Parts: sequence; C-alpha cells; structure tokens
Amino acid sequence: MKQTGYKVIMDREDIDRILTRIAHEIVERNRDCEELYLIGIRKRGVTLAQRISEKIKGIKGGEIPIGALDITLYRDDLSEIDAQPVIKKTEIPFSVKGKKIILIDDVLYTGRTIRAALDGIIDLGRPQFIQLAILLDRGHRELPIRADYIGKNIPTSRKELVEVKLMEDDGTEEVILIEEGIDGP
Amino acid sequence: MGLKSKDLLTIEELTVEEISLVLDTADSMKEISTRDIKKVPTLRGKTVINLFYEPSTRTRTSFEIAGKRLSADVVNISTSTSSVVKGETLKDTGKNLQAMNPDLVVIRHPAPGAPKILADNLSSSIINAGDGAHEHPTQALLDIFTIRERKGHLDRLEVAIIGDIRHSRVARSNIYALSKTGAKVRVFGPHTMIPPFIERMGVTVCATLEEAIKDVDVIMMLRIQLERQGDFLFPTLREYSRFFGLDLEKLKMARPDVMIMHPGPINRGVELSPEIADSPYTLILDQVTNGVAVRMALLYLLIGK
Repeated sequence: MKQTGYKVIMDREDIDRILTRIAHEIVERNRDCEELYLIGIRKRGVTLAQRISEKIKGIKGGEIPIGALDITLYRDDLSEIDAQPVIKKTEIPFSVKGKKIILIDDVLYTGRTIRAALDGIIDLGRPQFIQLAILLDRGHRELPIRADYIGKNIPTSRKELVEVKLMEDDGTEEVILIEEGIDGP
Repeated sequence: MGLKSKDLLTIEELTVEEISLVLDTADSMKEISTRDIKKVPTLRGKTVINLFYEPSTRTRTSFEIAGKRLSADVVNISTSTSSVVKGETLKDTGKNLQAMNPDLVVIRHPAPGAPKILADNLSSSIINAGDGAHEHPTQALLDIFTIRERKGHLDRLEVAIIGDIRHSRVARSNIYALSKTGAKVRVFGPHTMIPPFIERMGVTVCATLEEAIKDVDVIMMLRIQLERQGDFLFPTLREYSRFFGLDLEKLKMARPDVMIMHPGPINRGVELSPEIADSPYTLILDQVTNGVAVRMALLYLLIGK
C-alpha cells in the first residue's frame, strides 16, 4: 500500500449545504411527503438519514421516520474479502410495504452496495418505490444503478480512495480523497 | 474479524472476544426471525449436515431452521435409519459425508470427543451439538445470550446451576462460558451428582438449596436424566424433587427478579414444579427463540465466507 497524500474535497459547510439541498429536492419531488420513509445504509448512511430527516422537518414540519439497514447478509463478495465483516443490526421500525422509501448512503461507487440494499429492503416487503440519495458519486459503476439525488459528482480513479468522515461516527467532519490508495477492484 | 478455528467443539477453547463476537452477531440475526419472509441469502449454495447419534428435538430443529433462514441446504441424518446401525464407524461415516462436500457438519454423539475426531478427519467445519457428558457449546452460548439480553451484561452476575452437574454437558459448557465472561457460578445437587474437584473450575459448591439460590441473578435448573435412573444416584424422584426441585414456596428464598432457565426438555414436577415452569420467572421459551439466532450467528461465522 502506497499513499502519496490526500486532499480535502468537502468540508463541514459543503456537507451541510449539500444535505440541505437534497432535503429540498426530496420535498420537491414528493410534495406531500406522505408515506415517505428514509432508510440509511450502515453506518454513515444512517447518520446522513438522520440529518436529512431533521432538515425535511425544518422545511415541511412533521417527522420523517428513519430506519437503519445492514447489508452484510446480502453482499456478493463475502467469499472474496479477507476479513469477515461483523454483522450489525438492521433496525427498520416500520413496514416498508406500499411506502415511498428514500435509500441513503455516503458514497456511490460500484453500485454493489446499493444492489445488496435493494434486495435487503425488498425482502422486508414491497415498497411503492425506492429512490436513492447519495452524498457523493465517484463513478466506476459495475451495475446499472444510478442515484435520484446526488450531492456532488467527483471524478476519481479506481486507485484513489474516498473517505467520508462524519462528526457522529468519526469525531470529525470532512470528505477526503486519498491519491494512489489501495488498489481498486 | 472472525472465529479462529474452522470448528466449534468446546467453550473451553473459545476466547472472550470470540464469545462476544458470537453474541453480538446473534443479536443482529434475531431480527430476521421476526420478518414476514424469514430468510436472507447469505449461505446460498452451502450445505449443512445434521448428524445426530442421540435423540433431539430442540437442538436439531434449531440448527435446521437456522440454516434454512440463511438459505443453506440442510440435510438431516438420524442414525437409527442410517448405516450406523450396520456398524459403520464414526470415522467412516464422516469420510463418506465428506465425499459429498458439505460445508459444515453438526454432530451430537454419546461419546465425549466424537466431534473432535470428525474435526480432525474432515475439512468441513464441525459444530459440537453435545458430546456425552463433555460439552454442549451452542446451548451455553444461547444461555448466556439470553442472560445478557435480559440483564444487559454478564460480568459480576451470580448464577446457580442446580441438578446433575456430573453428567451434564450443559453445566460444563455454561461454567466455562459464565466464568470467561465474568459471572460467578455456584453449583448444587445431590452429592453423588457433584463431581469431585469441581471447585477447580472456579465454582462454589453449595450445601443447601437456600445457600444456592439466595441473592442469585439466575437459576439454571438441569434436567434429571431419567434414562440414567439405573445409576442409583438418588433414592426416589419424589425425594429429589423435595430437596433439589424448585417450587413457588422455595423460590421465596430467591430475589424477586430472579431469572429461571432450563435447557429442556423439562421433567414437570421433578426439577421444576408446573407452576414455576409456566411462570413469568422462566425464560425457557426465550432460550429456544434465541437458540436459532445464536446458531445462525455460528453458521455465518464458520462458513459465511
């Protein structure tokens, strides 16, 4: 592993502005916000879901319920990775059946995590629809998946590494791009 | 992060970190059993064989359901209808099963150490589902999971294990599991059923029921193995029930929030009075529910990658 340096590509203010915009876009596209539920992918997607829920509340009033999804059991690469991932809890305190679901994650990359998440949600019931909100899209899709709400498009090489750090999970708030990080897939 | 061994043979050889990993994973697995569609695709294409040389409802069904909820293919072999009755040795049975490429074999056997023989001879993972009077690791894990779920922690808890300690693989595995996780264990039973030098396992031997259950957080009652009645370890069942069984009257000596556990099957009116067996003090059915989650966790941890 060779690391030649990193640069900050989003700071605290950038992240906050982006989440505010995504919250507005969600409200715009789902006017009444009825039957609207947010599901975050563990772990940073959950933190983002909480913040977006707060922001929608500020815009529209009313609680937007959130759930937390762990996708480990649905991954397609369990036999290929060295360290076995620890399974965290899936906590979705509502039925997804017939609901409008906004799925939320920090980085959209190959699309495999989202594929796993879609399977995970649909196993719980048949939602009316699922839309995808993402803090940043770094390209290099390996599956036909796209986001409905994109915070920022950031062109990257597969060799680079994107790290999202959020106050609640990491004690600091920034997105960094590590150049020449660990080799991509 | 994972388990170090390909097998789960004993609690004795597990580290505290491995025990915590199993319990935490089981905690996450529990939700799957509450869904409308109780199935996740994680172990798709994996084969689990249940090889039971002793009767069992709970443990075998629990492993089967755990495997199926993770999408593994589960095959049950009950030895009474297999080639074992023709005299095939354990090693040969194991090698023949291996030839069909299972990923994991769950074995229950009357001889202590039988799972170890399979583990040494097979490349598949082996889970010990009870070997003679030696260990029953998955039972102990589901027991401490149930306690932790209720109490929030295990360290510093006081636990009494009452009954036939000598013949009990459940007692042995639980003593290891509880001691490793920081709980304190007392044992009580007829003198003939308390093995000599049991104190070396770090437990206290009690002389009376009162001493055993006073101020404990948990009482684990063991099943009197009626099939061993030929051993004359106590005079009559009635006498056993009077001195070592639990009823509502004797329970007054314990704390009002005490939890009562039993690995099943219960002998109603022997070790537990029917009033207690059906009372809210007992967690017997929680133990069964949690058994599925704990076994799902073990299957994932052993063959999930």
